[in-house]
Amino acid sequence: MNEPAPYLHWGFILISLPNLVLIGVMVLLFIVALFAPFPGHKRISGHTDDE
Amino acid sequence: MTSDAMSESPPGPRPDPAKAPDEAGWTAAVRNRVEQTLPLTELLPTKQPAYIGSWVYSFGVICIAALVWVVVSGVVLAFFGSAWWHISAVGHFFNSVHFWSVQMFFIFLVLHLWGQYWGAGWRDGRATTWMVGVVIFLVSVVTAFTGYLIQQNFDSQWIAINAKDGINSTGLGGLFNVLNFGQQYGLHVMLFPIAVTLLVVLHIIQVRSRGVVRPIDDPMPASDSAGALR
Repeated sequence: MNEPAPYLHWGFILISLPNLVLIGVMVLLFIVALFAPFPGHKRISGHTDDE
Repeated sequence: MTSDAMSESPPGPRPDPAKAPDEAGWTAAVRNRVEQTLPLTELLPTKQPAYIGSWVYSFGVICIAALVWVVVSGVVLAFFGSAWWHISAVGHFFNSVHFWSVQMFFIFLVLHLWGQYWGAGWRDGRATTWMVGVVIFLVSVVTAFTGYLIQQNFDSQWIAINAKDGINSTGLGGLFNVLNFGQQYGLHVMLFPIAVTLLVVLHIIQVRSRGVVRPIDDPMPASDSAGALR
């Protein structure tokens, strides 16, 4: 770890591999959060508002 | 001075006889305003709308949890100082807790931002909530930057030397001097954390006063007019 991170270069885009991996993980986490079931979530019959 | 003169009413506007004596004044006005805009039932609700049963709505509160760890570990680091966090094993641990909780804070801050951006979280009178969130993001970036500058290692020196030219080019180099450790330390442990914390408290109050925004595909009932306080 005691050396510079590898960099990826496409045209005007220059990004380190760790940063690219982190962005990928965040996008993946966001997609999972959209579709993963939420635990302990009970829908009260006929109640869709917080009133 | 006669007794008649002493019994005269003081100058200034007369109190409204319709109001009870203890309901007059700015304290009562503030209390009534708070009770109207943010009753305790909204601040600490026992029920939530069905649509918040999604992990996307958890990103904001994970940010708050990370911020708590940032502040707690930061207080410990402030007590023992830079020699301690570089040399001792416990110091290394708290230094790492501070660093990684900041990483978690920013990761989930960005995920929260994505969720609110694509969910158009500014709808139905929540524009100021969105704006305060943007300000929190910007102040957090500056706070983290000052944190990198006060690590007291070669990394912080490298960042400071390079940032000096950058900040000078903005014209702020005289006021915000990244080579001035004392200034950056003071900003990082006092001014910016207080600003972030107060803005987060304001953000939470705003969210609680209007409730969590409905999903775009969930139509608002006619009884709940746009922008109305619930």
